[in-house]
Amino acid sequence: MTQKTPLYEQHIALSARMVDFCGWQMPLHYGSQTQEHHYVRQHAGMFDVSHMAVVDCSGARTQEFLRFVLANDVAKLKASGRALYTCMLNEHGGILDDLIVYRQSETDYRLVVNAGTRAKDVAWLIEQAKQFAVTVVEHHEKALIAIQGPEARALFASCLPLQAARQVMALKPFHFTEISDCFVAATGYTGEPGVEVILDAKDVVIWWKRLLDKGVRPIGLGARDTLRLEAGLNLYGSDMDESATPLESNIQWTVSLTPDRSFIGKAALEAQKEAGNIPRLVGLVTDDRVILRHGMPVFLNGSIGIITSGAFSPTLGISIAMARIPAGTERQAEVEVRGKRIPVKIISLPFLKKDPL
Amino acid sequence: MKNVDITQLRFTRTHEWVSVEEGAIVVVGITQHAQELLGDIVFVELPEVGREISQAQELAVVESVKAAADIYAPVSGTIIAVNDRLTMQPESINADPYDAGWIFKLQLSNPKELDDLVDAEQYENWLED
Repeated sequence: MTQKTPLYEQHIALSARMVDFCGWQMPLHYGSQTQEHHYVRQHAGMFDVSHMAVVDCSGARTQEFLRFVLANDVAKLKASGRALYTCMLNEHGGILDDLIVYRQSETDYRLVVNAGTRAKDVAWLIEQAKQFAVTVVEHHEKALIAIQGPEARALFASCLPLQAARQVMALKPFHFTEISDCFVAATGYTGEPGVEVILDAKDVVIWWKRLLDKGVRPIGLGARDTLRLEAGLNLYGSDMDESATPLESNIQWTVSLTPDRSFIGKAALEAQKEAGNIPRLVGLVTDDRVILRHGMPVFLNGSIGIITSGAFSPTLGISIAMARIPAGTERQAEVEVRGKRIPVKIISLPFLKKDPL
Repeated sequence: MKNVDITQLRFTRTHEWVSVEEGAIVVVGITQHAQELLGDIVFVELPEVGREISQAQELAVVESVKAAADIYAPVSGTIIAVNDRLTMQPESINADPYDAGWIFKLQLSNPKELDDLVDAEQYENWLED
């Protein structure tokens, strides 16, 4: 039943260890996830993210529709060629998904949504779009590659004609450009500079091989997880889901509560803000020789939180985790790891304070 | 990885390998299959030298990017050496599970327990089940 991306045969040829991820056969690693992690931080790696869905919205009232259905405000996108990170909420303020929205024109916007939520998202979007007469189209013939790392953009650009290469090198963060059949955005999920590229599935193998030839290495989901965790970026389904609001997920900055629009979930967020005592998503670190993992309890003075993501950080050489804990100002806590209480420091995110630009 | 003749080793259901040496001493590590399942190993918690343990008792922990795995004593005995190199280079277990990645040595107290272990062929059959 599991689905394969157009790059499946390439992963097999590169001896990837494949795993099921949200119903997709995806590479976990191609030998060592730790080495892959370092390679992205130091050079350039590429990720097959074709399991994510490309959804195009079009119609005269598309902007109005997206201002209603997304918690961040697409009116912030003053020109085409710009993108925005946002949550899509239910009426209770719970996060249905986090996504990036790209403004292609005044009436055409593109959304890239998570693999595990794509069916639910598309159904929700189609339902909500009715009253705005907006057309919602999910693409099945697209492939996505994220190319990330300090050398990533230059290596990708070196595969392009001169004029296109210049355009790509000039992209500011969260800007994008469309070069013939390639949609190239200066976005990512690693804390490194780089690009994310959407292209036709039929062309993706050629691009993958071209990038391999340039020295860009394939990177699996294992390293993708530790890279995003170090960068303090949430993983949908682990750090947040429908039971959490953006205000308790360290992404309150993505919510625009200005009075000039209403959106799904807005009233619930305003009520939560008014009530106060909002749980926090924080960072935990320890020098102990243990690994903090998803689901482990976090003990504070008289209250309990839970680890949402945890790993050994290859870059920092210590164990790190994200945890959702009750409101408060504690700087210390304990985590129960296999029956033992381990002291941890509570820090603000991200773990890796690196300017990706 | 050095060429270790795994047909000379004995195995447990819990994916430890055992090499029987002279003087009723055994060397213990985890199998290639186990290290592949675990992925990159990050920490190894070694047992104390001199500790007496009985068969099937937990005595070490191998913690990887994916999970923490308990290591069980394949046979009863006394710990006479541990592979201290794993403290700084836990990845030795990934690179070379049957040689540089050995974990501890035991002085056997009951050699009959060796009969509870299986050969490489039987172990491979288990993996296929």
